[in-house]
Amino acid sequence: MSNDSVGIVIPQKIEFNEPITLSSGAVLPRYELMVETYGELNADKSNAILICHALSGHHHIAGKHAESDKAAGWWDNMVGPGKPIDTNKFFVIGLNNLGGCHGSTGPSSTNPETGAPYGSAFPVVLVRDWVETQARLADRLGIKQFAAIIGGSLGGMQALRWSITYPERVRHALVIASAPKLTAQNIAFNDVARQAIITDPEFHGGDFYQHGVVPRRGLRLARMLGHITYLSDDGMGEKFGRMLRSGEYKYGYEVEFEIESYLRYQGDKFSTMFDANTYLLMTKALDYFDPARHYGGSLAEAMRQAQAKFLVVSFTSDWRFAPSRSREIVKALLDADRTVSYAEIESQHGHDAFLMEDAPYMAVMRAYLNNVAKEIA
Amino acid sequence: MANHNTLRPDLKHALRADLKQISDQIKPGSRVLDLGCADGELLAWLQANKAVRGIGVDVDVMSIVSCVEKGLNVIQADMESGLQSFEDGSFDYVVLSLTIQAMHNIELILQEMLRVGKVGIVTFPNFGFWENRWQILIGRMPVSETIPYEWYNTPNIHFCTVHDFDRLLGKMGMKVDKQVVLHQGETVDFLPNLFGSLALVQFSQA
Repeated sequence: MSNDSVGIVIPQKIEFNEPITLSSGAVLPRYELMVETYGELNADKSNAILICHALSGHHHIAGKHAESDKAAGWWDNMVGPGKPIDTNKFFVIGLNNLGGCHGSTGPSSTNPETGAPYGSAFPVVLVRDWVETQARLADRLGIKQFAAIIGGSLGGMQALRWSITYPERVRHALVIASAPKLTAQNIAFNDVARQAIITDPEFHGGDFYQHGVVPRRGLRLARMLGHITYLSDDGMGEKFGRMLRSGEYKYGYEVEFEIESYLRYQGDKFSTMFDANTYLLMTKALDYFDPARHYGGSLAEAMRQAQAKFLVVSFTSDWRFAPSRSREIVKALLDADRTVSYAEIESQHGHDAFLMEDAPYMAVMRAYLNNVAKEIA
Repeated sequence: MANHNTLRPDLKHALRADLKQISDQIKPGSRVLDLGCADGELLAWLQANKAVRGIGVDVDVMSIVSCVEKGLNVIQADMESGLQSFEDGSFDYVVLSLTIQAMHNIELILQEMLRVGKVGIVTFPNFGFWENRWQILIGRMPVSETIPYEWYNTPNIHFCTVHDFDRLLGKMGMKVDKQVVLHQGETVDFLPNLFGSLALVQFSQA
């Protein structure tokens, strides 16, 4: 493995036995979070960075679990020794959010009350609930204040929520390809995805585990739709265009165009590794997120609670969370007289650009985090 | 409008002459918006020497990187469409240094400067400078220290003289509070519109 990789990492499960009351009023008596860390926590525990994941993300951010792994963690180009989020300087934490399906307690976990998977009984979880569980994780690790909390998309919403709920615990918040709340169009896409899952005959109202089946078709459609919205037309055009697999039209409904093949492959892969209920939960968390709601609809009023310094980054071809949405965050921060820098990165990769290795984007992140490292040194 | 700073890097001093002049106008501890801030040289100096609270704006991402490296607050934006991110009256000074000649909508940006700030400070290459006039006279487009580009590769689209700029401010209901005309970093007092290559105008609502 190259020497800018964090190498082989071992995730760990952390148990929380204190009950948590969620925003919906539901109570989970106990839960577990799957966590992965990179780098070393310094003596005064000031160098911790929390990375919040997006919709289908998890704890495995960088490095590999085994030499034989084909791919590294989902943000391996950003996190590692000498990389923008430099693990020689920072102690980086990734976790799978509550409700997830990669080791943290979620709908597919066993409900201690019934001995069967939670399924439909698993409560709706909001962004603020995740922040609560993450704060408890920080308490467990003895981290009073994060050097930075970083997230893209739904992860950026968690960083925003952190800065409002626990102002004194966040030095810097990096909000990337995110939005202060979803638009009607965003919610509409999410609902089509959810409907694909819910109407799959094998969904069984969310209790498919007991039936020994998985609503694979629904998940597959949800992911295909999602995937289209995460890319840009230009990016897709450049990669696939109207390329045909066989070189000629077949006048049928089998896979003909390369883009069809790609989307079906992505959909199939996703449907074997993701939990349908988790997909519903995560998209609902997205829909519900609206920190301004508790401040008379004023995002600036909400952001006035924050003490963190902010870096906001957007990407020009991202139409799912367009730059104008990031500019709303920037404006609210400026109106609230908070400290903020904003970069609008030229990219054709759409919403997914925040996971790509783009030189100016990497340079902005590196420059910002170098200063964070200096601050805490 | 990628790189609208028309001074060549080889003309840089400790603090570029025009930036030095701007910094002299700015009161310690004030709030400054630097439009077209490029690598943030002025803001960094003001922050370090005059305890200024500043924000930079630039359209070029590499400028954003340079500013972030310096620990400055910087917003990537195209100023041609105005300064919507900023509330009325949120700055003491709004600076636009060697950028206005490369902008399309000059009236809008001047209006916006005095909407978000109390005082505007603009620097621009003086087209009335004798060398420019001379080159026109002999039938060529001027190329000089403050206008270092050829006609075919210049980002500059709106040249003016010191008098022209004053007239525009007057037309827009703004007044000149201070005017400094420079050549090679030195103040020009005698026939400034003829002998100065660079102008600094501080202005406010009339």
